[in-house]
Amino acid sequence: MATLDSKVPEGPIKDKWTNYKNHIELVNPANKRHIDVIVVGTGLAGGSAAATLAELGYNVKAFAYQDSPRRAHSIAAQGGINASKNYMGDGDSDYRLFYDTVKGGDYRSREANVYRLAEVSGNIIDQCVAQGVPFARDYGGLLDNRSFGGVLVSRTFYAKGQTGQQLLLGAYSAMNRQIARGKIEMFNRHEMLDVVKIDGKARGIIARNLITGELERHSAHAVVIATGGYGNVYFLSTNAMGSNVTAAWKVHKRGAFFANPCFTQIHPTCIPRSGDYQSKLTLMSESLRNDGRIWVPAKLEDAKAIQEGRLKPTQIPEEDRDYYLERRYPAFGNLVPRDVASRAAKERCDAGYGVNATGEAVYLDFASAIERYGKEQAKLKGLNNPSKEEIIKLGQDIIKAKYGNLFQMYEKIVAENPYETPMMIYPATHYTMGGVWVDYNLMTTVPGLYCIGEANFSDHGANRLGASALMQGLADGYFVLPYTIGDYLADDIQTGKIPTNTPEFDAVENEVKERIEFFVNNKGSKSVDYFHKKLGKIMWDKVGMSRNEKGLKEAMAEIKALREEFWKDVNVPGNANEMNAELEKAGRVADFLELGELFAKDALTRNESCGGHFREESVELEGEQKGEAKRNDEEYAFVSAWEYKGEPADAVLHKEHLEFNDIELKQRSYK
Amino acid sequence: MNLTLKIWRQKDASSKGAMVEYKVTDISEHMSFLEMMDVLNEQLINTGEAPVAFDHDCREGICGMCSMYINGQAHGPDRGVTTCQLHMRSFKDGDVITIEPFRAAAFPVIKDLVVDRTSFDRIQHAGGYISVNTSGNTQDANAIPISKHAADEAMDAAVCIGCGACVATCKNSSAMLFVGAKVSQYALLPQGQVEAPDRVKNMVAQMDLEGFGNCTNTGACEIECPKGISLDTIARMNRELMKANI
Repeated sequence: MATLDSKVPEGPIKDKWTNYKNHIELVNPANKRHIDVIVVGTGLAGGSAAATLAELGYNVKAFAYQDSPRRAHSIAAQGGINASKNYMGDGDSDYRLFYDTVKGGDYRSREANVYRLAEVSGNIIDQCVAQGVPFARDYGGLLDNRSFGGVLVSRTFYAKGQTGQQLLLGAYSAMNRQIARGKIEMFNRHEMLDVVKIDGKARGIIARNLITGELERHSAHAVVIATGGYGNVYFLSTNAMGSNVTAAWKVHKRGAFFANPCFTQIHPTCIPRSGDYQSKLTLMSESLRNDGRIWVPAKLEDAKAIQEGRLKPTQIPEEDRDYYLERRYPAFGNLVPRDVASRAAKERCDAGYGVNATGEAVYLDFASAIERYGKEQAKLKGLNNPSKEEIIKLGQDIIKAKYGNLFQMYEKIVAENPYETPMMIYPATHYTMGGVWVDYNLMTTVPGLYCIGEANFSDHGANRLGASALMQGLADGYFVLPYTIGDYLADDIQTGKIPTNTPEFDAVENEVKERIEFFVNNKGSKSVDYFHKKLGKIMWDKVGMSRNEKGLKEAMAEIKALREEFWKDVNVPGNANEMNAELEKAGRVADFLELGELFAKDALTRNESCGGHFREESVELEGEQKGEAKRNDEEYAFVSAWEYKGEPADAVLHKEHLEFNDIELKQRSYK
Repeated sequence: MNLTLKIWRQKDASSKGAMVEYKVTDISEHMSFLEMMDVLNEQLINTGEAPVAFDHDCREGICGMCSMYINGQAHGPDRGVTTCQLHMRSFKDGDVITIEPFRAAAFPVIKDLVVDRTSFDRIQHAGGYISVNTSGNTQDANAIPISKHAADEAMDAAVCIGCGACVATCKNSSAMLFVGAKVSQYALLPQGQVEAPDRVKNMVAQMDLEGFGNCTNTGACEIECPKGISLDTIARMNRELMKANI
């Protein structure tokens, strides 16, 4: 049975990674040609890993379910990427980035991994600029920065509101260079449906060609999972429609432990839902909180009038507004971390102060920023005694330059002009901090099987600070995995090509085939989406932002029952040997129906409020933090790593105790 | 609202396709166009018909996956949006909506509304990158100052999402706006200048090889581009190509 050995190197935290790199095994460049690596997923983590491994000389096979690696959902990240460059001279350092990330994650991440992340963060910016990523510049031609929730320095590098897009296109261009050289073989429109182990080691995958339906066997000396998060377990999330848990879940079923499944990030600034037909939610970058002030009406009758459409937000005078984040958290104000902002919004809406028809929205108001910028511009332009209209026009131009694409996106979806009336926002599921358990080398509990980016668990604890997902994806792909995987592959230089005509490949392919045949032959009465929506509702109501023991137990039973119904009654039209989107979805929802139950089970065993996860039984009862979430370090300072044993309810818990030697564990305060 | 949809159905790349008519009812004006298509597909599944295959993923207008030709326009009637950002408030009760795949020889149909746009990838393989290795030993980022104006202009070109609306809408099926955008991004930045002549020559050669047509300055691509990529990028690409050939 696999055991948990985090393999964190000895020594002071600031020297661990350097010492480690100095002592790992290297593969001779001439031998790398004889080694194959499979990378599943081509977002920031997978794309950068594939490009770098190919650059080093390994033969890479990369897989993406989309038609091009450029469409991975990393492309939708908006706000920016952190790096401890201290270009602004505001006191930033590797240690501070490390500290903020560990604190922001509510002390549930692995210290050594996070320090390494901070340490390589500066390299990422250098690398991306060299690749031609057009980051924002100041007038002197140097890189510009902005600030994000949960921190007191400006360390976020950005490319308008499309930072993820530009970073992904950078990694994609690096991949293209390797594809042109023949070092990456790219498989578009292919989905990994299982992993193949030989003598206990990951040696290949079974993939389905999504155009022809053909099942393919691909072998390699190591397999890297880089398939992102599982937020779509909620049905409504900010993830792309195709984002799924399948690869991560299949490796879990083959022996990789799954860590902290219940740590999900609820993002505070999403466009609220409008109806039951809705297919997904849209995120508005958190960077908007730099200039937007969040409020709800202070009086219940005003809130009611707004909900009924009798009153407009602009008609409510300043003194009748409740800027609740500024009121509750004066030090951080509107820039508190995502979990704090999300919970505070839910608290106000639950109390009846929500501002749209469903009562599930708060305002994000740019009026005072527009006026402030307008006055500054008027001064810069030497305008004497400018009119209010002139000031507003000048201020709107500045806001447009900073967030134009986000404002346009909002206007398209909601059909309201956010320059003139405050935006409405509400929390939504965004990023999953849990994922496949990995050691310091980013290897799972299955030898030769690696997991990077959002698909693993290690760096974000129970909550992710803004602009740190892009950082982790690229750190893992460009700068961590390429070293650590060599240490493992050094033993494989004599192995030669791994054959695919073996009993191990036969057996796994047969299982995959049987499952597909089941789906297309079942001819039940309910569509895949019917089950996915039902699962999502259970998850949001009982395993969402706020949870309690009773609800979690109910959720586990309800998900199990829903899963049984799914396997009896799901209807998948069409055939296996053709492009069949419903068949693809069926396989993914089947996996979500198992993950969802483990997710609830994990939440049940963690009787503490932590990160985005508010456990109703665990709340501060007195003192300055009264009413805030209460973490419990004595009992829960560990990673929950689940071992698969058949039914999700039977999964066995292994604990990796978290040690904090360089950061004192203390209550998070943003007051 | 109630609508009549005329949709191109085609089983696979080698089958012959045809327009098929469907009715959808109770469509809310708040739905996105793709959510309306979801409603249609749910209806088809429940009546035992094959759902309509269409490409979509992020539904936030950024991945570039959705690619419908609606009432004779790439991404439908609204300006500056992708199909996933198009909302049903742009239509009215009783409308007949014609939905087709993007049409271009270099974008062969795979199924129904799904087309193969890997020709765009192959153009990028031909040179859409800067040849810097990914070792992490590059110089400090601020060692390459870039004027704000140049960085902003490069960004304006770099926002292309590779959806192919420019090609689909062009009477010549030209990919010049796409290639121009990529060439422009690199041409405006100091990085990668040493390989600029080869980059533009190789990308243009690949573009021709893929069967895209030429530009005749109609400007439809600029109008239909959901990201507002300017025709200037084509001019810049031509200038770069000329410079490379002198």
